[in-house]
Amino acid sequence: MEILVCARRVPDTSENEIALNAAGNDIERDELVYSVNEADNYAVEEALQIRDRVGGNVTVVTVGVDEDEEILRRELAMGANQAALISDDAFSGSDGKGVATILKAFVQKGHYDLILTGVQGDDGAAQVGGMLAAMLDYPFASLVNSIAAEDGKLKVGREIEGGNREINEIELPCVLSIQTGINEPRYVGMRGIRQVASVPIPTLGASELSVDTSAVGEAAAKVQRIDYFVPELSKGAEMLHGSREENAVRVLELVAAKGGLK
Amino acid sequence: MARIYAYIEHRGGVVDDSAAELAAAAKKIDVTSVPTAILTGSGANLDTACDSLRSSYGEIWKVANEALAYPNAELVRQALVSVLPANSILLVPHDHFGIDLSPGLSIKLNSAYVPDVLAIEGVEGDWLKLVRQEFGGQVSTHVRCDISCGAVINIRPGAFKAEPSASASGAVIDKSPAVGALVARRRYLETIVAEAGDVDITKHNVLVSVGRGIQEKENLGLAEELAEGLGAAVSCSRPVVDAKWMEKSRQVGSSGKTVKPKVYLACGISGAFQHLAGIKGSPFIIAINKNPKAPIFQVADIGIVDDVLEFLPELTNKAREMRGAAAK
Repeated sequence: MEILVCARRVPDTSENEIALNAAGNDIERDELVYSVNEADNYAVEEALQIRDRVGGNVTVVTVGVDEDEEILRRELAMGANQAALISDDAFSGSDGKGVATILKAFVQKGHYDLILTGVQGDDGAAQVGGMLAAMLDYPFASLVNSIAAEDGKLKVGREIEGGNREINEIELPCVLSIQTGINEPRYVGMRGIRQVASVPIPTLGASELSVDTSAVGEAAAKVQRIDYFVPELSKGAEMLHGSREENAVRVLELVAAKGGLK
Repeated sequence: MARIYAYIEHRGGVVDDSAAELAAAAKKIDVTSVPTAILTGSGANLDTACDSLRSSYGEIWKVANEALAYPNAELVRQALVSVLPANSILLVPHDHFGIDLSPGLSIKLNSAYVPDVLAIEGVEGDWLKLVRQEFGGQVSTHVRCDISCGAVINIRPGAFKAEPSASASGAVIDKSPAVGALVARRRYLETIVAEAGDVDITKHNVLVSVGRGIQEKENLGLAEELAEGLGAAVSCSRPVVDAKWMEKSRQVGSSGKTVKPKVYLACGISGAFQHLAGIKGSPFIIAINKNPKAPIFQVADIGIVDDVLEFLPELTNKAREMRGAAAK
């Protein structure tokens, strides 16, 4: 099976306190720790496991900037067969539809049976996979937390409310957005990354992909970010500023007062 | 101003809470709008669900089709493309169904798509101004959306307060004939109900709930010891289940359990909205997180900026001391 995984490099929210920059038009990016988007990493692992069961190749692609090559190399070290960086000044400022348009052009340059994305990125949008599928007229399923290949089709589990799962049969080629927790992504060490240091990663732009630049980038974006801000809270938590011991005592008093301690 | 529609989820003849929230969101786009509800499905349950919306929606469009008996997003999408006029604004709940439906629908309608909207600030010309969150809720962002070719707007569940419906006296209009044969290359097979698990976290008055801040499976003992001292149960947020440190049955959130404790200790939990959606009944929330910007502090009653790996043992010690003193 030929599998394509669309991945992104994002600020790691578990490692960073996200703050606004002075102008309020972006977050402060200087000190941020970046890593591969968590759900995308699960998608890569799932692709590798499917390939190892049924054969084929895994390609990882990202739409981004030069620095994003770092996560492609990481995914190569995990075991992906090849990777490609899609980058062009004309792509900057693209909205979700713009990114899906660019990825569609990449998909049409190859032959993929299965296309995986992470369920959502740092913007919490959860949109590119579904858009890409609709553009390609491929079937789509989101929030996928299990995949089994059967007779040229897939049986996929979707996460729905209350911890329940919805099982669907889906034909290939298709696009799936992968939920975190579907597998246990393998560890990648510095040694593994060094071993793939010389693997070439091609960079493809608008001309290589035959992308109509009037359909992508900021000018074509129907959805545009105006600014970032921290909302004024009507009511936030009452913060305790005592010593650790004082805070612990206060918490226990409150737990008891609210009907907690037996 | 384009007409506003709302896609209504329903089950067993009962509409989802989001039905009233979408009506409230429509008023934020255009205060004069009397939005139209669209329901897909089949049988008597669909009729019951449609009838229940007569007081809150101007019109109720019913799309009955055997193929829509289960809401397969691929089929619902085709039905909506058939019935929606050009340039419509469609509101959809941003849940496991809306995430499945809306991105692809916006492509087929050639309209804009904005996911997970928390607030709507109004329309200027062709642009609708909205509020979203990024980076796990750590920062908010204003976005503008060109609605000249219509838009699909996914609304975060619970973000808009349902208002008592004014004077709508909606008629149910059968749009089923507009929908042709529905065929998809994705077929719904079955629903697998979640397993019960060893501890029922929905039955406890106090929950010690752990998140990513617990860092390693070995540290779960810190929460278990505290829970034992408090007569509480240990629950968790999604990353702890993703890492396979705890069973899915312990997860609080929209994709896990809905809990109604009296006291909720959020330990190293950032407070993603999917997690908060699983906490009902307005419990007293005490949040401990080393990130002062963690969104959990926006909803907690008491907040402590500290490392849970340090704070939980202290709390356990103090709880033991208090118990010891009480026993004497």
